[in-house]
Amino acid sequence: MKSIEATPRIPFKRWMTSSYPVWFYLPAGVIFFVFFLFPTIASLFFSLTRWTLFDAVFIGLDNYSQFFKEPFLFQGLRNSLIYGVVTSGMKVVLGMMLGVFLTSQIVARDYLRSVVFFPVLVSTVGVGITFTALMHPTQGFINETLELLGVKGPAWLTDPRFALLSVALVDVWKGVGLATVIYIAGINAIPIEYYEASEIDGASSFQQFWNITLPLARPATFTVIILSLIGGLRSFDLIWSMTRGGPGFTTDVIASVIYKQYQAGFYGLSTAGNVVLIVLVAAIIVPLSAFLNKREVEL
Amino acid sequence: MSAARRYLISGSAILLSSVVFLVPFTFILLMALKDRKEASLRSFTLPTTYHFWDNLVEVIQTRNYMLLTAFLNSVILTVTSVTLLVILGAMAGFVLQRHPSKWTGLVNFFVLAGLIIPPAVVPTIWLLQGIKMFKTMHGMIFIEVAYGLSFSVLLFRAFVATIPRELDEAAIMDGAGPFRLFFEIILPLLKPVVSTVIVVQSVAIFNDFTNPLYYLPGNKNVTVQLTLYNFQSQFDTSYNLLFMNILLITIPPLVIFLFFNRQIVAGLTAGAVKG
Repeated sequence: MKSIEATPRIPFKRWMTSSYPVWFYLPAGVIFFVFFLFPTIASLFFSLTRWTLFDAVFIGLDNYSQFFKEPFLFQGLRNSLIYGVVTSGMKVVLGMMLGVFLTSQIVARDYLRSVVFFPVLVSTVGVGITFTALMHPTQGFINETLELLGVKGPAWLTDPRFALLSVALVDVWKGVGLATVIYIAGINAIPIEYYEASEIDGASSFQQFWNITLPLARPATFTVIILSLIGGLRSFDLIWSMTRGGPGFTTDVIASVIYKQYQAGFYGLSTAGNVVLIVLVAAIIVPLSAFLNKREVEL
Repeated sequence: MSAARRYLISGSAILLSSVVFLVPFTFILLMALKDRKEASLRSFTLPTTYHFWDNLVEVIQTRNYMLLTAFLNSVILTVTSVTLLVILGAMAGFVLQRHPSKWTGLVNFFVLAGLIIPPAVVPTIWLLQGIKMFKTMHGMIFIEVAYGLSFSVLLFRAFVATIPRELDEAAIMDGAGPFRLFFEIILPLLKPVVSTVIVVQSVAIFNDFTNPLYYLPGNKNVTVQLTLYNFQSQFDTSYNLLFMNILLITIPPLVIFLFFNRQIVAGLTAGAVKG
């Protein structure tokens, strides 16, 4: 940005009639500021208070120290991280496998692409309720099927050891279609000549994948990582519709802690959780995308 | 690949994908057809007796036709928010791409912030109460617009870059002011990206559960995603009605999917190629 003094003041009339008027930002800017930015900035203050929505008593960092001391609150932070990393990692691996497979010469390719993508568009809560029924420990379809194969399935959502991962699996089921279409777009953008040349040199299809597809689909990988991390870290509706944070607090994530504290009337504590979530997401996504973009330039 | 091997691989892929991706949808359908007692078993079997019509009527009549209210509310919310997102997003994206100024850096920063930062929930409720917009449809519309703007601006900015500047210059030479230039020359040319924004944002807003849960409580304000609460309670869940409800609210996205699949994929993969 240049210094403001250097540009002469633009008269009001030109400001109104310029072909690309700056006030075109105004309606969008006002809505964005009032309904998004302002509450975000206000949250920094309210997280330091005991708050009834009508009056706020300043209590310093008490809400934060409570958040980090209480195991059931802090577990939300840990679970958000696990959930974000697990779903993001699985979406990268599965999305890339599906992307490679669905760009190869197979029959019914369009049908398969549609089937994989459709869950992305379906109501998350509906998916959550459906899988809660399918994952029932004894009556559910999944464990009944496993039993036919002679395997005793875990108590997916009621066993504290598996509950969070089970929800993460459903998240991957619902979201992998998005990762797949991103990979399909990325792989289709790779010039076909590279594959032809490598074929003449006698490269195997694995070598082609490792030396051509993988490095050249890197922008797609970055997009998938960033998008699914943002989504995974703030995930709420799927977890809420499947476990409500249970059993106990084992599947609570920050977003569900925020909701529970809000319902309980601890508005200051809820807002402190919200600030923790904002900082967590920003602290992970901003350096990560800067790092990934830098790698991009070096290529 | 030999033809036989190709068919073998494709065949197993079709089989596997059907199990993984179609079983849950089949399950929803089967449950919606059963009577209450049979549905409570939640087993993956064909219904012994079919109750599609009974369940449909009962779901619609539950709690004084709440589902119809919800569909109406969701449609109003979705249509209005998406209209605003298209017009305001296109205006901002247009100027952002065409006219670098001292604001450009700040606007770009806000666009990224809007994409990354999760909203601060309780302060937003406090704000909405302060300006008398809590539990109101217009308040909810503004929220959806504020949360969706970044993505819209990003798509519009990228697409405006593909429209030659000579067109603007010709229009300006002919004496077009900023309004005519934007609404009569540029906006019609943005049609492909407009349809992408419409489709992607309407699916997102129609499926939104979290924001109406916080900002639009109350029975008369119910939206479709929240109707699923009606048939769910800890001890007494009517699974046949619950799944009929899921089935009904899955139909609009299904219709959009059948007609606009290409726009959705185009919108969601924008940026994946060049990073």
